[in-house]
Amino acid sequence: MTKWLSISDVKEIIAATSAEEVTASYLELIEKSSINGYTCTSDGALDTAKMVDKGEVAGPLAGVPIAIKDNISTKGLATTCSSKILEGYVPPYDAHVIERLKAAGAVIIGKTNMDEFAMGTSTESSCYGVTLNPWDHERVPGGSSGGSAAVVAAGESPISLGSDTGGSVRCPAAFCGVVGLKPTYGAVSRYGLISYANSLEQIGPMATCVEDIAAVMDVIGGYDARDSTSIDNKIDYQAALVDDVKGLKIGVPDEYFGEGVDSSTEKAVWDAIAKYEEMGASWGKVSMPNTKYALAAYYTIAMSEASSNLARFDGTRYGPRSEGENWHVMASRTRAENFGKEVQRRILLGTYALSAGYQDKYYLKALQVRTLVKQDFEKAFANFDVLMAPTMPLPAFKIGEKVEDPLSQYLTDVNTVPMNLAGVPCISVPCGSSDGLPVGLQIIGNHFDEATLIRAAYSFEKNTDHHKARPGEVA
Amino acid sequence: MITKDEVEHVGWLCRIEINDAEAEEYAVKLSSVLDYFGQLDEVDTEGVEPTYHVADIMNVFREDVVTPSLDQKDVLTNTAEEKDGYIKAPRII
Repeated sequence: MTKWLSISDVKEIIAATSAEEVTASYLELIEKSSINGYTCTSDGALDTAKMVDKGEVAGPLAGVPIAIKDNISTKGLATTCSSKILEGYVPPYDAHVIERLKAAGAVIIGKTNMDEFAMGTSTESSCYGVTLNPWDHERVPGGSSGGSAAVVAAGESPISLGSDTGGSVRCPAAFCGVVGLKPTYGAVSRYGLISYANSLEQIGPMATCVEDIAAVMDVIGGYDARDSTSIDNKIDYQAALVDDVKGLKIGVPDEYFGEGVDSSTEKAVWDAIAKYEEMGASWGKVSMPNTKYALAAYYTIAMSEASSNLARFDGTRYGPRSEGENWHVMASRTRAENFGKEVQRRILLGTYALSAGYQDKYYLKALQVRTLVKQDFEKAFANFDVLMAPTMPLPAFKIGEKVEDPLSQYLTDVNTVPMNLAGVPCISVPCGSSDGLPVGLQIIGNHFDEATLIRAAYSFEKNTDHHKARPGEVA
Repeated sequence: MITKDEVEHVGWLCRIEINDAEAEEYAVKLSSVLDYFGQLDEVDTEGVEPTYHVADIMNVFREDVVTPSLDQKDVLTNTAEEKDGYIKAPRII
């Protein structure tokens, strides 16, 4: 079996051989893998594949393997957020997206490595150690959904799910040269996604092509009453796979090409915009003046929400429990001994930002700046259909390079956090390379306008070859 | 800026045990991040409403009817200590 299959390739092979054979060969690839992309594989994968072969399970993704980020609850399959504090935790229920995938016949093949509790841009904070970037094993795969991007880039799963709180799908998609979508806030149910910053995050798919992104979204998108922020908004994702951008108005925000953007990255993105022009789209500059404050607002809000969401990990209901003469000491020790340093830093900072005397200075202020960032997008979308920018200001950095200085790693999220503050959808697609490493073009759309986003991304893919570049084969 | 004492106080608030050396290290690293957050002070937000949430929804209600929930046995499988169908924890006070 060849590597790097699309969903339609997988279906063809299943028709010619069997779903069991396809799943078995992926499990074999994973077994031999050297990139540490998976935290575990599923014992039930082969059983599901056999059921597909017997016709007991059918659906649009029948027999198609999918890798799942380790913060999405899978019944009977360990879910740890790559944290020691959830060591041994096996969820008694499936997340909404997992229920949907199973109903569609997909084979949950395994769980993927991530930054602990999705806090990071490199997958280095995982308790299982870093995942290696398939393009260069000395470099990070991006994060926090580093495992989900790397296994697709390495051909160890055709598709995967990640989650994106401030760029956690798009950053690793860009660093690993795959496609990754962060849907509009509310488009995909978060039921069963272990929360980090609940007002910012969405589950999103990753794949080698836009077509597969649309196919997964048609399965996982839509209303779910168990997520009170789920919005009933029916989008036909696959119907948007149209190769036509004539008349599309592209806004290019100056602020996303600021200092610190690598010159080859910038060139690849401008070449992509020129390509769109050639294909019949037009572009113009747009100013989004509050972008420079988005990062500080994002981290203040994300850490504040994290300090509340992660309060549940106290050694009582799940995970390891440390010794202590009373509950408070037990909980304090359990958390000190089992949360990693970055998670502890964020909980401490979030607690501080929400504590008496500081709440208005930090948290409230950040929420007001969030309003201004959101208004920048509203103004931009009054004149443009989509916005385009580099996903990441630089290609994948070296392992260890940004570990000691947390702020230096936060700064790499400058182009991805504003969309989470505003809740707008965005997609990262491969658009070239910088020093042999993939570069991602970020396309940003208006709320629930995923159709335009997918049409724009699909058209680019149909008229260029960037998405065909594979690790070890880069020109 | 955040002092060592403040780090210890915040550590207690969020139930993370911090020793002396750690408190000192955190005070330095957290201060540099707080300095960065301080740039928000430059922004004029007079009269700007805060955005807690981007979705344009207020209250979400459902019918108050009983629906099946997780089995008690399944819920208890992940706890460190169980007794008579309950989760057992050390005394609070």
